Amino acid sequence: MSAGINVYEPRGVGRALETTGAWILGVLWVLPLLYAFWTAFHPTEFSTHFSLSAPLTLANFVTAWHAAPFARYFLNTLLLVTMVLAAQLVLTTLAAYAFARFEFPGRNALFALVLVQLMVMPDVLIVENYRTMTMLGLKDTITGIGLPYIASAFGIFLLRQTFKGVPRELDEAARVEGCTPLQVLWKVYVPLARPTYLAYALVSVSYHWNNFLWPLIITNSVEARPVTVGLQVFSSTDQGIDWSIITAATLLSTAPLLIAFLLFQRQFVQSFMRAGIR
Amino acid sequence: MYGWLLLLPAMALLALFTHYPALANLWHSFQSTPKGDRPAAFVGLENYQQLVEDPIFWQALSNNFWYALGTIPVSIALALLMAVWVNDRIPGRGILRLAFFTPTILPMIAVANIWLFFYTPEYGLLEQFTGALGMPSHNWLGSKNTALGALMVVTVWKESGFFMIFYLAALQSMSPHLADAAAMEGASRWYFFRRVTFPLLMPTTLFVLVNAVINAFRLVDHVVVMTRGGPDNATELLLYYVYEIGFRFWDSAYAATLTMVLLTILGLVALAQFFFLERKVHYQ
Repeated sequence: MSAGINVYEPRGVGRALETTGAWILGVLWVLPLLYAFWTAFHPTEFSTHFSLSAPLTLANFVTAWHAAPFARYFLNTLLLVTMVLAAQLVLTTLAAYAFARFEFPGRNALFALVLVQLMVMPDVLIVENYRTMTMLGLKDTITGIGLPYIASAFGIFLLRQTFKGVPRELDEAARVEGCTPLQVLWKVYVPLARPTYLAYALVSVSYHWNNFLWPLIITNSVEARPVTVGLQVFSSTDQGIDWSIITAATLLSTAPLLIAFLLFQRQFVQSFMRAGIR
Repeated sequence: MYGWLLLLPAMALLALFTHYPALANLWHSFQSTPKGDRPAAFVGLENYQQLVEDPIFWQALSNNFWYALGTIPVSIALALLMAVWVNDRIPGRGILRLAFFTPTILPMIAVANIWLFFYTPEYGLLEQFTGALGMPSHNWLGSKNTALGALMVVTVWKESGFFMIFYLAALQSMSPHLADAAAMEGASRWYFFRRVTFPLLMPTTLFVLVNAVINAFRLVDHVVVMTRGGPDNATELLLYYVYEIGFRFWDSAYAATLTMVLLTILGLVALAQFFFLERKVHYQ
């Protein structure tokens, strides 16, 4: 990648200025997060009062954990992201394979219809999708939260690009050996698309872990609420304004994703990049 | 026919949750909201009449316009600046990349909670800071003049790092020979950036721009948490207004009419991308 030294990289004073600027912006950028960490890990009386002698505590996390059914919310979110991802992988793989390697009437028109979803996402069709879910009897279920997102245009698009890059010779060789089209897909295309699958999986999981408005609308019970909605219900109802506990709950609800991100930074960043480059 | 079969499950769900709702939405915008024993009836353009006469709708539209105008250029400019900086080998660039990117993977709702606290009158960090400088106390989210701006800051904070990685990827794939050649010709750094780097980044800028525009109309989680559209509708954004009308006042017909406005805007973005920008940008 950046093998040679860029001749335009600043030296001397320019470099010092650039470094200072970058660090000021960096500090500004982490400040809200650091503040949240400070508040969550200290007793309430220190939540807005900075002192080196402030004792560290996990009490806020314990209180938050017991004040709302967070265990259930986490389970719901976990079920949601797993179900959505599993279904997405199957459906988008089949559809992408069809678009990449089959000739059939109406293919381009259908692909255009798929691309519509890149602009008109389920996120803005909340009124009608709510009506549909009510009719299907899927209101207040985890399936109801995930279903509109399963046929993902983004996933189809991404995998189609990858499948198109697979050499035809490999495809033909497998067919000569007597593989059916589905076996070719499974033995040739899917293994070669592994990096794309990883990228798509990370993007999908973080999207659905973080999604809020649609789950808020379609759920109204503890049994179906994902952790984002649970957090909102928790912090907007009679907690007084004990910021230490709300902040602890906030960090708690993002912790699994945040820890995964810190551990697998490189994969995350590369996945988001890969997903964005078309 | 094999192709059709492979497509069937995905197309069926897409039709059910994207194409059908978009069309049904249009149909329902011409109907009244069913109430009690009165079923929905065809009312023609009555809902659109209501829309035109609804001052809150106009305010939401203009808020959303200013929100987009305020967040998109700033996020993109900051993203580019961050990318250029962390592409150079300055000390601690790994940590800086991490610092810029981390807000991206947090849920908007968590981000909103953190910033809500940050903005809290009297206790919040911002107040402590301005207080230390001797500035008077100010309720950033509670006053009409600053509430929308305060939300914009949150959006910029969350989005810039996301856009940064696309610029970073593009910068890293750029040939170093370009810089060598330009330096040989005696071009300054700024000149090189303006005439070579920036034009070469155009496809990335387009991609980021389209994403930013969609997000400006799609993401209102922070409004739910931080202001609920207030004070005095100062932070009412279109999708949040749809949510209020549709799921707090349960006026589904009017909510469908409002959604049509959103769909029209997104459709225009798609057309602009397809017919205008895409052509100007591709020259390889």
